[in-house]
Amino acid sequence: MTTAESGELLGGGAAGLAFHEATKVYPGRSTPAVSTLTLEIPASEICVLIGPSGSGKTTAMQMVNRLIPMTSGDVTIDGRSISSLDQTELRRGIGYVFQQIGLFPHMTVEANIGTVPRLLGWPKERVRARARELLELVGLDPEEDLRRYPSQFSGGQQQRIGVARAMAADQPLMLMDEPFGAVDPIARDRLQDDFLRLHAEVPKTVVFVTHDIDEAIKMGNRIAILRDGELVQYDTPDHILAEPANEFVADFVGADRGLKRLRVWTLSDLELEPAGEGAARPTAREDTSLLDALSMMLVEGAERVTVVDASGAPKGTVTLETVTRLIGPEKRAVGV
Amino acid sequence: MISVIAQQPVIPEFERGSECVRQNGQFCSDWFFDNFNRVFGPRLVEHIELTAIAVGIGFTIAFTAALVAYSRGWFETPFAIFSAFLYTIPSLAFFQLMVPITGLSVTSAEIALVSYTLLILFRNTLTGLREVPEEARVAARAMGLTQQQILRRVELPLALPAIMAGIRIATVTTISLATVAAFIGVGGLGEPIFNAIQSGFKTQFVAAGLLAVLLALVADALLVLLQRALTPWARARRA
Repeated sequence: MTTAESGELLGGGAAGLAFHEATKVYPGRSTPAVSTLTLEIPASEICVLIGPSGSGKTTAMQMVNRLIPMTSGDVTIDGRSISSLDQTELRRGIGYVFQQIGLFPHMTVEANIGTVPRLLGWPKERVRARARELLELVGLDPEEDLRRYPSQFSGGQQQRIGVARAMAADQPLMLMDEPFGAVDPIARDRLQDDFLRLHAEVPKTVVFVTHDIDEAIKMGNRIAILRDGELVQYDTPDHILAEPANEFVADFVGADRGLKRLRVWTLSDLELEPAGEGAARPTAREDTSLLDALSMMLVEGAERVTVVDASGAPKGTVTLETVTRLIGPEKRAVGV
Repeated sequence: MISVIAQQPVIPEFERGSECVRQNGQFCSDWFFDNFNRVFGPRLVEHIELTAIAVGIGFTIAFTAALVAYSRGWFETPFAIFSAFLYTIPSLAFFQLMVPITGLSVTSAEIALVSYTLLILFRNTLTGLREVPEEARVAARAMGLTQQQILRRVELPLALPAIMAGIRIATVTTISLATVAAFIGVGGLGEPIFNAIQSGFKTQFVAAGLLAVLLALVADALLVLLQRALTPWARARRA
């Protein structure tokens, strides 16, 4: 049995993660940075930790791979306490992506991606094949880019390599600390989209720290809102926007939370009313967000939008009233 | 040594040499090439040996000390003071000071030469290690590299340009200082220089000096090539 197979966490797939009253008190501080955090993240979900600075979100994340040692409580991965695992093996089993990226400037892209596999004793050929496969997966050129050095790439490309590196050994768990925080908005949007696509293809359990509520809504299957080290609300983006637990959360998600909610849903999430004859304007594809559909109706002064399939054939309509009622005072569950 | 010098004629090949030699011209190339194998060749080899041994031993000591200081910060100040103190000793005095202890020997010369390399090699190695980008260190730790692995695979390679810069300065300095070591009779290019000072024969003086300069330039160029070969990433730029 090689080291690769004896790696405690490494077996591919995704792992369930749970915090059990996890607490961190930094020496010399009277209040805990993270206070009795209890949180369960089902396997292959993306959980976003969000909160203002000093809320303990990064501390909470770094307790998982023991970059920050817990003061009390526990974190379990697939039911096993992280304190029962060897520290280096634990870390090799958890992908880590952070804002500063931290690619090794003296190593080629191939060597960077192959860092953990090499530590695990993979043969050279397997490391190369894996690096090739991952570069393709994150949208870089496996032929050209494998032999180049990090300084030869843009910030956005470097973070793609960072993501590839964090998945190199098929780690079941990924920690991402404001991973797209340092790139420009356009590149960030593409990185987010590509990461979601990647996640759908290779589902890993992800803990994602951000301070950007829009990013949280876009990326998270669930969002955990923290304040002063305490968990304020833990729910799906839609529920948090529909029913903020308190004023702090309502403030945090913003006054436009109703409109933000419309961005979470697409036309395909609604029950369509039968379409009349022909595709009356405006028309929209099924994957259009409700926010965009609403905007179309307002701009065109229309009461309804015709939903069309990929070929442009009408499938039904959605009325302005249906959309506004969703976020109105008598909120309805969206028909899924 | 003094007695050897006294036996040599003031002007070599008196009344038989070329016009240039008889006139004691600034540089008589014919004499230089005729006498290279006898007067300069062996001294050049000795000079290279003196330098290589000094830089080799000096690097081993300074590198070890820098690693200790990197993990145990308290060690930095005492070693820095110690090596700075050695560096301030005038070279002629240092060589002479060693004679009562280790004699008119290569050991005496090397002790002094090694001492002069320590400060720059220690400083540069330590600075190189400290200037490793923090994010590379964090990434390595988060990926489950042990302290030893971080040092060998991340920190030392990234410190290499600074370490090599130190080795270049130490080498050039040592080549220059090693000429003074001839004062205690250990050979090297300093010997023809000392002899020429005694005899007043300009060609020998100029030739030995130029050879020392040339040796320093060649050694530096070779080290630059070595550094480039070892750090291909330093020249990689965005395409």
